[in-house]
Amino acid sequence: MSVLPPDHDEAAFAAYVADLRGVVGDDWVWSGDNDMFPYRDSFSPVWNTPEEIQASSAVAPADVDQVQEVVRVAGRHRVPLHPISTGKNFGYGGPSPNVPGSTVLDLKRLDRVIEVNEARNYCLVEPGVSYFDLYQHIQQRGLKVMIDCPDPGWGSPVGNALDRGVGYTMPHFRDHFGAHCGMEVVLPDGELMRTGMGAMPGSGSWQEYPYGFGPDPAGLFAQGNFGVVTKMGFRLMPQPDYYRTGLIRVPRRRDLIKLVQHANYLSDAGMVSEIRYASPLSPLQRQPEFAALVTKMGGPSDAEMDAAAAAAGLHSWAIDLQFLGPEAATAAQWEYAKDRILSDIPRAEALDGDHFALPATEEQLENRTQPYPTAIRRKGALGVPSLGIWEIVRDDGHVGFFPVLPRDGEAVFEMQRVLGDASREYPLPPYFSAITAPLFWHSFTFQMVFAPSVRHADPEHNAMVHRAMKHMVAVAAEHGWGDYRAAPIYQDDVSASYSFNNHQLRRFLEAMKDAVDPDGIIAPGRGGVWPRRFRDRSRT
Amino acid sequence: MKWLYLALPLSALAVTASVAAQSQGSQAQRGQQLFTHFCAPCHGQGAGDDRSDMLPGTAALARRYQGAKPAALELRTDLPAPVLTLFVRRGVGPMPAFRPSELSDADVAAIAAYLAQPD
Ligand SMILES: Cc1cc2nc3c(=O)[nH]c(=O)nc-3n(C[C@H](O)[C@H](O)[C@H](O)COP(=O)(O)OP(=O)(O)OC[C@H]3O[C@@H](n4cnc5c(N)ncnc54)[C@H](O)[C@@H]3O)c2cc1C
Repeated sequence: MSVLPPDHDEAAFAAYVADLRGVVGDDWVWSGDNDMFPYRDSFSPVWNTPEEIQASSAVAPADVDQVQEVVRVAGRHRVPLHPISTGKNFGYGGPSPNVPGSTVLDLKRLDRVIEVNEARNYCLVEPGVSYFDLYQHIQQRGLKVMIDCPDPGWGSPVGNALDRGVGYTMPHFRDHFGAHCGMEVVLPDGELMRTGMGAMPGSGSWQEYPYGFGPDPAGLFAQGNFGVVTKMGFRLMPQPDYYRTGLIRVPRRRDLIKLVQHANYLSDAGMVSEIRYASPLSPLQRQPEFAALVTKMGGPSDAEMDAAAAAAGLHSWAIDLQFLGPEAATAAQWEYAKDRILSDIPRAEALDGDHFALPATEEQLENRTQPYPTAIRRKGALGVPSLGIWEIVRDDGHVGFFPVLPRDGEAVFEMQRVLGDASREYPLPPYFSAITAPLFWHSFTFQMVFAPSVRHADPEHNAMVHRAMKHMVAVAAEHGWGDYRAAPIYQDDVSASYSFNNHQLRRFLEAMKDAVDPDGIIAPGRGGVWPRRFRDRSRT
Repeated sequence: MKWLYLALPLSALAVTASVAAQSQGSQAQRGQQLFTHFCAPCHGQGAGDDRSDMLPGTAALARRYQGAKPAALELRTDLPAPVLTLFVRRGVGPMPAFRPSELSDADVAAIAAYLAQPD
């Protein structure tokens, strides 16, 4: 079933496509079911249902001039564009748009690494540059900088950062939007804008001072729809000399409270890279009695959990610590972390882990020699792109809800219980249970994961997953826990949950959207922000 | 690793044949580069991440074929361009489709030419 852009008939669509071809040439415009198949979200729980949002067409310009011209053509024909960089946003909508019939503005051909500066530690890249590309560029030139790379490595610094993606290294690098510095944007009328110092002709500090002068609109382009980003700068970590790991584990369930406080200190003081939390009790889930205990409605008591841990001779919680820096500094930081935690939490234990000079050898990257069970993703931890993560993808993919919660042990217990209870009615793996560990992805907050799989041949399963997703978003919001990022089919639900003072934030953003893009040429609906033209039909 | 086409012409007759062979050879060579960049991170023969023995795509095919066919794509010669195109453009299971903006039809044909080379 071919889709047409909103308010278009076949003839109007043909005229529009002809104009697009006039800009980029015949080879770089696609339409029709067959050619548009790779622009569908194959991880969608509404796959092949009327709710699936499919684009009418795709266009791949070669440079910024062509991007501007495509935006102007779309403006004349009133067709929404959905910009993507590498288009690998699986789990959050893939390359699919918010409005049926949109044109995917595929920026893969803008693939230049414009600059990597190892003296001042930054890069400037175009949207089509993948993490693999950037890593290769740096390696081939022997540059002494380390990228922070999320999974999977075929994504892009620009696309990932614009959806506020996260990686695996030090706090100020793994929040990718937070680590960006300066962008160039094609606005909804086709004009070109640069943010920060990029707005000043002749400035040499575009990638060093993000703000320039006056209000900084950069935030509007992340999970937003105010423009098409054509260049973006990122801060890079100077290649550290040494990598060191260590594990700390604590015996009792409630030890998590203090453990989190210490971990917060170490992280916020800039002493550690990403901290991985885990429950050493996880393997016990294979025992039906234990599985029933940790998933029971209302949650188990602390005493029950401590008894189960003691009976199994296991600890309740563990943190994998990772240090990057000069060898002596990493050793001192690990000693400090051990002293600090072991002197405060009775019967806490510390285990020395792998440590070696960087860059790592192939063998070290394989992560086979850690002397304890470890939750570290070694390549990610060292900024090496990979697709190895795909081993966790089940069935035909998954969709993700990753609620943000306070970085506090009590909040962890509360989310385990509340979202655990809320999810039990769905026949899904126990994403929330009394042993669910928090994710420390973003630099200053925790998240948990709900990522049920989808199955193309099982619409009933997918419908259940779709119901569960909406239900979990709603229950979480009742407790002040919001999603950090969502597929287009959930963006309205998530945005609606950020509702302080009668949705004032959304009303403010929509007033701006109406002012700069009333026809909704750039990604209408993205981030839950709808322009006047679509507001009524989308929100009813 | 596939065997790379580098035959040298010895006679006038062989020159014509070798032009075709070289162009096939350079197509296969380009295919190898594309394979390394786009396919090998998931379908290569090396180890996976963090103590996994195989990369995810190779592991998935090992489960599917149970030894009936090689799990690593570079050990296969039964993936001509039309078959490969189907997998690349439609995806399969957890593998999403690839767009022509990232891998053109000519790129897919080059990868097929590389895979068609005897080991
Ligand atoms: C198994 C698995 C593991 C994953 N692990 C991680 C992880 O560790 N960290 C993580 O962050 N994510 C992770 N993801 C999610 C996702 O794969 C990555 O975030 C990926 O980098 C996003 O795709 P992309 O970079 O191609 O972005 P794109 O798909 O290109 O862009 C994402 C969105 O940003 C907007 N956008 C993109 N480019 C532009 C532009 N130039 N102008 C305006 N708007 C734009 C669009 O709305 C687009 O849909 C994972 C997914 C899976 C399936």
